[in-house]
Amino acid sequence: MSVTPAAARLPARRHLADRLGDRLLLALTIFGAVVAMAVIALIIEQLISGASPSISKFGIGFLWHTTWNPSLSAGVVNANVYGAGALIFGTLVTSVISLVIAVPLAVAIGLYLSLLAHGRTATVIGPLVELLAAIPSVILGLWGIIVLAPIMHSTIEPALHSVLGFIPIFGAPSQTGLGLFTAGVVLAIMVLPIIASISRDLFLTVPNELKDGALAMGATRWEMIRGVVLDSTRPGLAAATILGLSRALGEAIAVTQVIGAGSIISGNLFNTGDTIPSRIAEQFIGATSKLQTASLFYAAVILLAMEIIANLAAQLIVWRYERRAGVVR
Amino acid sequence: MAAIDPANPLSGSRRLRRRNSVDRLMLGGATAAAVFAVVLLAIIVYTVVQHGASQISISFLTKDQAVGLGVVGGGIANAILGSALLVAVATAIALPLGVLIALYLTEFASPRTARPVRLALDLLNGMPSIVIGVFVFGLVVVAHGESGLAGSLALAIIMLPLLARTTGEMLLLVPQELRDAAYALGVSRWRTIVGIVLPGALGGILTGAILAIARAAGETAPLLLTTSLFSTSTTSVNFFGQAIPNIPIDIFNYSESGFPADHARAWGAALVLITLILVGNLIARAMLARQRRMMSR
Repeated sequence: MSVTPAAARLPARRHLADRLGDRLLLALTIFGAVVAMAVIALIIEQLISGASPSISKFGIGFLWHTTWNPSLSAGVVNANVYGAGALIFGTLVTSVISLVIAVPLAVAIGLYLSLLAHGRTATVIGPLVELLAAIPSVILGLWGIIVLAPIMHSTIEPALHSVLGFIPIFGAPSQTGLGLFTAGVVLAIMVLPIIASISRDLFLTVPNELKDGALAMGATRWEMIRGVVLDSTRPGLAAATILGLSRALGEAIAVTQVIGAGSIISGNLFNTGDTIPSRIAEQFIGATSKLQTASLFYAAVILLAMEIIANLAAQLIVWRYERRAGVVR
Repeated sequence: MAAIDPANPLSGSRRLRRRNSVDRLMLGGATAAAVFAVVLLAIIVYTVVQHGASQISISFLTKDQAVGLGVVGGGIANAILGSALLVAVATAIALPLGVLIALYLTEFASPRTARPVRLALDLLNGMPSIVIGVFVFGLVVVAHGESGLAGSLALAIIMLPLLARTTGEMLLLVPQELRDAAYALGVSRWRTIVGIVLPGALGGILTGAILAIARAAGETAPLLLTTSLFSTSTTSVNFFGQAIPNIPIDIFNYSESGFPADHARAWGAALVLITLILVGNLIARAMLARQRRMMSR
């Protein structure tokens, strides 16, 4: 077949368009990927530069000093002095409370959804548990103020105090129901669905041969779960817990609404307190001095560092586990 | 085994009975935990409906807010509009970027170049929303003041990792054979991606977008630092120069107020918001289930 000049030129031109198109698309997608990485870098840069007046004034002592005094009037002791000690304490305490409540419940829910529920029930309950995660934190906080706090004040805190009162952390109940413990309970509701859905997915990866083997040896279902399912997914559960922790550490709005904005470190969980994200939410817009804003930036830097450490720790656990298990990605 | 009861030899030994009761206790506990979570969801949604339903009326949905706290009357029309605008602009920023990132990860990147991008997405996903608010405050608000654009930018950063992840999962579901077939016919890479891969994953990408929109619509913390100082009575039209009224900030302000009328308004706004979010989630789930069925057929 003889090729006419026109037909010979056509493929060549398409070739050029194809090459240009490929280049363009590749460049665009690389641009997207670079934006994602640049945003992280920019966030770190912005936060540190915003915090620098406070960093140079208070230095590393900011981490443990507990004075947080935005007052500018002359004659006030420690006016315009800031330290995040009490906030870091509050952040850790509320997060730990939330994990103590949520992790056992979430693992149990994961077990139920992956091993116990029959087809239809699991497909209804699973999504419902995940819908719990879709409730905006501001609505959960509103519910916390108006519904949960009165119940905490009238029933739950007095009950815990009378039964476990010999442990100092369950001290005298609060006046309003607002405090560290209530904040921890609200956070527990927020992290519960996250840990539950991760642990369900984890439990589904346990090979049936192992489970059947345990049952064939005469183990009861619980013994099979304890010996095979929970044991083989322990690193994954640790990673899921850390992801829950990272969610609890960073929640601002719901905590602001129910924690009562205290500013002292107190061993009694029913007292008011404050966390880093909640203090930022309370004071950022109304900040009265440059130093206060810078100190809130400094607090945000600490929060960001905590988040990054938690995130990397979770990834490290998963990575080590996969390497030991010989999983090749 | 001496523990067998001679009167009833077929019953298990005491040890077996104990093991069985531990088994029942633990499995019963797991079931109870699942029921508890569902009941918790029901209680929260019920409380919002119970307190909010009496607030919902035509005027609540169509009137602008009353000026000042504690005043009776007024609606949330400007907040509904403002929220829609904020989320729409955020989606317009984040969706194309999210799709591009997902395309890079699934179609172009080598495992080594993909790792830092995935790490960045994971870190963004775990980033507290208040930190994103502080970031946008430093980046935009310090120099130009609060604006709708600043709020949208913050929401877009929250949506980006969600969109990139769901889109990536959907792109992986498009069968490799389709790509191979296109290449075998001499179709170039970009035409394969734009003409075959993306249309195949379109449904899933939209589902992911709905979920991300539902998430962004309820975010409060970043908006608090970027678009919260709005005048409550007027519908602001200056998206680039002024704070835009929105539902989450309204709920937050009203919930912190001491007046019963404000609490009532907070519940009304919460009902509107939670309805939108739950409906969005249910639609997305239904779409996802249909796509899974179609893919597995």
